[in-house]
Amino acid sequence: MHLTLEFGGGLELLCKSVKFHNVNVDLPKGADKLSMRDLLAWVRTNLIKERPEMFMKGESVRPGVLVLVNDCDWELSGQLDTTLEEKDVVVFISTLHGG
Amino acid sequence: MQGVFYAVFEEEIHQVILENQLFKPGERIAIGASGGKDSTVLAYVLSELNRRHNYGLDLFLLSVDEGITGYRDDSLETVKRNELQYGLPLKIVSYKDLYGWTMDEIVKMIGLKNNCTFCGVFRRQALDRGAALLKVDKVATGHNADDIAETVLLNILRGDIARLSRCTSIITGKDGPIPRCKPFKYTYEKEIVMYAYFKKLDYFSTECIYSPNAYRGFAREFIKDLERIRPRAILDIIKSGEDFRISTTTKMPEQGTCERCGYISSQKWCKACVLLEGLNRGLPKLGIGRNQGLNSDGKKDRKRDSRTPSIESKQCGSLEF
Repeated sequence: MHLTLEFGGGLELLCKSVKFHNVNVDLPKGADKLSMRDLLAWVRTNLIKERPEMFMKGESVRPGVLVLVNDCDWELSGQLDTTLEEKDVVVFISTLHGG
Repeated sequence: MQGVFYAVFEEEIHQVILENQLFKPGERIAIGASGGKDSTVLAYVLSELNRRHNYGLDLFLLSVDEGITGYRDDSLETVKRNELQYGLPLKIVSYKDLYGWTMDEIVKMIGLKNNCTFCGVFRRQALDRGAALLKVDKVATGHNADDIAETVLLNILRGDIARLSRCTSIITGKDGPIPRCKPFKYTYEKEIVMYAYFKKLDYFSTECIYSPNAYRGFAREFIKDLERIRPRAILDIIKSGEDFRISTTTKMPEQGTCERCGYISSQKWCKACVLLEGLNRGLPKLGIGRNQGLNSDGKKDRKRDSRTPSIESKQCGSLEF
């Protein structure tokens, strides 16, 4: 599944300072849908090059990281259970820095 | 959909400003600007509301350069861009000019613990000095609801009753020379980040390199975990903080002035003078921890030590109005 991912608020530093990533994510074996839960695991394995604890805590993002799916807060679409579709845009923004 | 979000966000801030009477027409206001998300959004929104609702304010950007290489010099570039983008005049005051020390130099001397204690104390004074130079009536800072909830928790964890009684006030220092206000007191950090993201506002977003060991980090982690389970907790903590009443039998420190520089202080010397004295005498622990002040012997020692000065430093100086 082709997706566009964006990392902001300092998170891009964990992906070698690259903010935008056009990715192709395989669906998990036997599944017909891709969930945010699956995507996060994929991102941690494939995109996060250092300090994964800054991005994730357990199977979700670290508290303080905002997640937008197609410009919509993922809390409105079911957080980890949000299902993704072809060409979706997912944005991760960290809020954990000075103001 | 975003248009509605902007409108609600801006209108809520406008209501907070009106209901709490934060500003008066004709006032000169300095916006504490670090180049970070909160102060950038504050500068943008205040500027916009000032125009839209005719507050009649003269707005300025006020920045503090603590001298942290790789952090502050980068974020200051952002503020300089904000000056052009928002058309607000900028003033920068530096620790080097005010105290003779940069944070980099301070950390070299004191190590990586208690950095934020020094920086926080010095920055508060630096903001006041800058505000006096700009001849403003008030300073507005970008502290948001998350920050204030963290501070309430921090003060409880430390038993700092004096601060606990003051930290939820939306206006502080009313009886001092330059009051401060926090228009974002009820605004969630999350909303500020989303506003900045959708409006594509230019801000700097890296953690201060000296902050990972700060105690506030624990309070922040806890607040973030709480927000996930029950988002309203943040506003509820602020409400608890607002409604605390101090027992009448609790002894509270009295506010006087520092003997050395005249700044507001509840002890003989203000915290900044004590910390500076420690730095200049090579006693990095002075002013940190329980035994904080100088005793009367301290003054005699100072005369002896001044024959072999370690590093030049200006005195705090006095505030001129």
